[in-house]
Amino acid sequence: MKTKIIFLLPFCFVLFAASLIPSVAVSAQAPTPSDDEVNAIARQLYCPVCENTPLDVCPTTACHQWRELIRQMLAEGKSEAEIKQYFVDYYGARVLSEPPRTGIYWLVYIVPPLAFLAGVYLLFRAFQTWKRFPKEPVTEPDHPSSPGSESEPAKGSGIAADDEYVARLEEELKKRE
Amino acid sequence: MLAQFGFGVFVLTFLTALFSVGAAVVGYFDKSDRWVESARRAMLLTFPLITLAVLTLAYLLVTGHYELQYVYSVTSNDMPFYLKITALWGGQAGSLVLWSWLMSAFTSAVTLRKWERDRELLPWVIVVTSITLAFFLSLSIFYENPFARWWQTLGGNFVASMFAPIGAVLATPPDGQGLNPLLRHPGMILHPPILYLGFVAFIIPFAFAIAALVTGRSDDRWIRITRRWTLVAWLFLSLGLVLGMRWAYDVLGWGGYWSWDPVEIAALMPWLTGTAFLHSVMIQEKRGMFKQWNMLLIILTYALVIFGTFLTRSGVLSSVHAFAQSAIGPMFFAFIGITFVTSVALLIYRWKDLHAEVEMNSLFSREALFLLNNLLFMGVLIVCFWGVVFPLISEVVTGQKVTVGPPFYQRANAPLFGALMALMGIAPLSAWGRSTFKTLGRALWKPSIPSAIVPIVLIILGVHNWIALVGFTLVAFVIFVTLFEFWRGARSRQKRQNENILVALWRLAGHNRRRYGGYLIHLSMVVMAIGILGIEVYQTTTQKTLAVGEDIQIAGYTIRYDSLAQFPYTDGRIVTRAVVSVFRDGKFLGELHPRYDYYPSGQPVTIAGVRSTLADDLYVVLINWENISAAQAPFKVYHNPLVNWLWIGSLMFIFGFLVAAWPDRGEEKREGKI
Amino acid sequence: MSQEPNTAPAPKRGVPLGVQILVWIGLLGLLGLLAAGLLKAKNPILSVGSQVPDFKLPLFSGFEYNGASEVKLSDLSGKVVVVNFWASWCQPCASEAADVEAAWGSYKVTGHVVFLGVDYVDTEPEAREYMTKFNLSYPNGPDMGTRISEIFNRNLGVPETYVIDQQGVLRYTQIGPFQSAAEIQAIIDPLLTGR
Repeated sequence: MKTKIIFLLPFCFVLFAASLIPSVAVSAQAPTPSDDEVNAIARQLYCPVCENTPLDVCPTTACHQWRELIRQMLAEGKSEAEIKQYFVDYYGARVLSEPPRTGIYWLVYIVPPLAFLAGVYLLFRAFQTWKRFPKEPVTEPDHPSSPGSESEPAKGSGIAADDEYVARLEEELKKRE
Repeated sequence: MLAQFGFGVFVLTFLTALFSVGAAVVGYFDKSDRWVESARRAMLLTFPLITLAVLTLAYLLVTGHYELQYVYSVTSNDMPFYLKITALWGGQAGSLVLWSWLMSAFTSAVTLRKWERDRELLPWVIVVTSITLAFFLSLSIFYENPFARWWQTLGGNFVASMFAPIGAVLATPPDGQGLNPLLRHPGMILHPPILYLGFVAFIIPFAFAIAALVTGRSDDRWIRITRRWTLVAWLFLSLGLVLGMRWAYDVLGWGGYWSWDPVEIAALMPWLTGTAFLHSVMIQEKRGMFKQWNMLLIILTYALVIFGTFLTRSGVLSSVHAFAQSAIGPMFFAFIGITFVTSVALLIYRWKDLHAEVEMNSLFSREALFLLNNLLFMGVLIVCFWGVVFPLISEVVTGQKVTVGPPFYQRANAPLFGALMALMGIAPLSAWGRSTFKTLGRALWKPSIPSAIVPIVLIILGVHNWIALVGFTLVAFVIFVTLFEFWRGARSRQKRQNENILVALWRLAGHNRRRYGGYLIHLSMVVMAIGILGIEVYQTTTQKTLAVGEDIQIAGYTIRYDSLAQFPYTDGRIVTRAVVSVFRDGKFLGELHPRYDYYPSGQPVTIAGVRSTLADDLYVVLINWENISAAQAPFKVYHNPLVNWLWIGSLMFIFGFLVAAWPDRGEEKREGKI
Repeated sequence: MSQEPNTAPAPKRGVPLGVQILVWIGLLGLLGLLAAGLLKAKNPILSVGSQVPDFKLPLFSGFEYNGASEVKLSDLSGKVVVVNFWASWCQPCASEAADVEAAWGSYKVTGHVVFLGVDYVDTEPEAREYMTKFNLSYPNGPDMGTRISEIFNRNLGVPETYVIDQQGVLRYTQIGPFQSAAEIQAIIDPLLTGR
């Protein structure tokens, strides 16, 4: 019994030592983040000094420094969110490709859908008004009201006749005015 | 001598335009045909006058009169002849002249038509067009004068002015600065004139709309008259946008064609309302509805043209595209203020007279779908407008600058554009007037079946991205519906007229140009959508610094760096050119030559090496801002699937436009020859 | 769709008053915004003679001011403050750096003048290299979030220098590099003597 334990100890020690090796190896030679990894983050950021130029394609020395900064931060193990936050802290909110969702910037995201819905509502109200006061539709020899049918005879003359009819109608209306 | 002559002609044109406005107003209120006719002739006169001024400027550009500030800033001795001509619109002052010239051309052309049936509209069309022309001319005369010359003052300073400052002497530099190298690409040569053509042409329907509002007309005569103008304006605006996209793709080296930059959006916004307008006027012509919408849409379109021009040129926005800071801002602002306020006031005043002749009574009718169409385009417009204006608001209110970039626009606009694509498929099969969900459903089930198979096939082929699935299904749907419409019409013609199916097809389109031309344009739009979906959803990119002989892999391709050469070129630029070989599955596909050119002015231009096929583009860029040597060079490679369908689609819509807009003799007789 | 055959005609309404008001407010708001934007574009720089708003500059370690790791403009009232914007990636900044340090040298002892170096959109390792290279000894710190530059110039370029008097009023603006230390002294001396 005792011999078994004694035999086990070195074995455990070896296992324990072995488990240390990978972590030692990693910190000794962490692979430098590749250009692609840097670009994946850089393309979401904008150059702080150039106009509307994404960071991954900006040609200036300053942008080169910022990309190297991203590379270094990635090597240190920083996450994408941390890197972006760093850039915002140092260079202002304009480095982000869209405004942060804080404070007044919420307006950017809220106004368009609200305006669109307001438009839909207005039109719906108008439609309701029409339903209450329908007018007689002007009868036109236009497309047959059942669209599935094959009966679109001499379509050309149909449209031509329609145009002519409406044109004549207009002449009469104008004369009456 | 010539500069003073050109300037004098400008001033004369300006005075003529002003006279034209005055005469038209007098003619209207005095009900005097003579005054109106005088106004009309004055407006006609502006075109030959301004052409003379333009020719003078062109001559000065070509012959290298560098004592003119503008000639100095956009030309140089080493530029070839054709580039010196295009330099006319290479800078702010010249492009404003081009704008005025095009405006004068259009307004003169419209004045030449027969006006007997529409005499009461004429004075106000003249007033609107002449005031606008006078405004743009005033910008050139008072702020951005292309004929201003360099003077050396007593103090030794150089100053640019039209007339000699006291004691100053004319200064003639020996050479000019030359055109910005980024502008020396065919896309950039064509893009400004064609885009301006689109912008400027919209003044015609706008002027007629204002004339109709002022004279209290609520019929659609103004729409019928300007129908073709609107189509022409739309075509050029669309082409102008596509050319801009192509230029960005070829020359900017970002592997993309659209970056949602504020200046790009400024050109897109009038296109949105213009397209809505193009569709909406059909409803007014057919059913007498949407009159208020149409007035609103054309006023918005024109207002957005002016607004976009202002944003681009005044320095209010920051953008890579914007012209340099200019003094025209305040003047432009005044013009915008007057135009917007007057148009809105007129529209509100006449709103109730624009009541529909027929009311909509079904949410499934064609009218309702067109209403949805208007709403969706307005939705995209609101997103774009707000995104452009918000950074300005943020800066004025909080002092902080902020960027509204592609994620915002893509997220908001994608569903709207998707809905518009669905409409392109549903609306042609809808009916006027009373319609129910059932009747619409009956019309739709036939094309829906093959469309439903598409996503299944795509999933089997490995497409799992839901945006791509929905997008391509909608594309297929529109294609099926459109082809179905063509087939249905041709077949019924064939049966009734006993024609061969091809002749039937030809005659069908010939007798219904607008409808079938429109369908062709819809087809071309979804073909473009194929390209857009491919590149937006599936673009991949990779970057690596390669030693000679090393390679980089992307999307199944292998790109190997072979060699680098550096040499000077005839016009003074230094060209650095790399040779790379492209392989796939071990098979050699060809060589590409990405390069960058370094111009004497210090400006570098990156030219990608591109391998284009119907399936994809392989786009290789030499990254000129990293360290390059013959031994190792940094490359960036983009893989853009399906992108060439974008360009193919845009060629298709030219064809569709020709079908839609080709004069139809029978129609012309009725309309009284437009 | 059943409809009662209502013979009353649909009321011809103009634009409702509420909508009209909204439209005009919107339009005037837009015009106001454009006007404000134009004004800002025309006058991006803080004008000479105006009171400089207070700001806080965090300092790089090793470049503290009297031991403090950040300095506020209001703490420096009663002294002439020279705010110099620079960046490590900026060539003209390097050309004036020695002159700025020399000028600082001549005022350091008196205690009446404070030089503040503001590092504009830069990366710290490169910034430290720059400061070491030119032996900068005056307080230096990064312009966090570009908030300080936005006070002085909406379109700040580097190098730019702003000289503030003892009452906190901006007295001189230099866009671009100085040519010599004497140039800087010629600007500061009049302020010290109370001109």
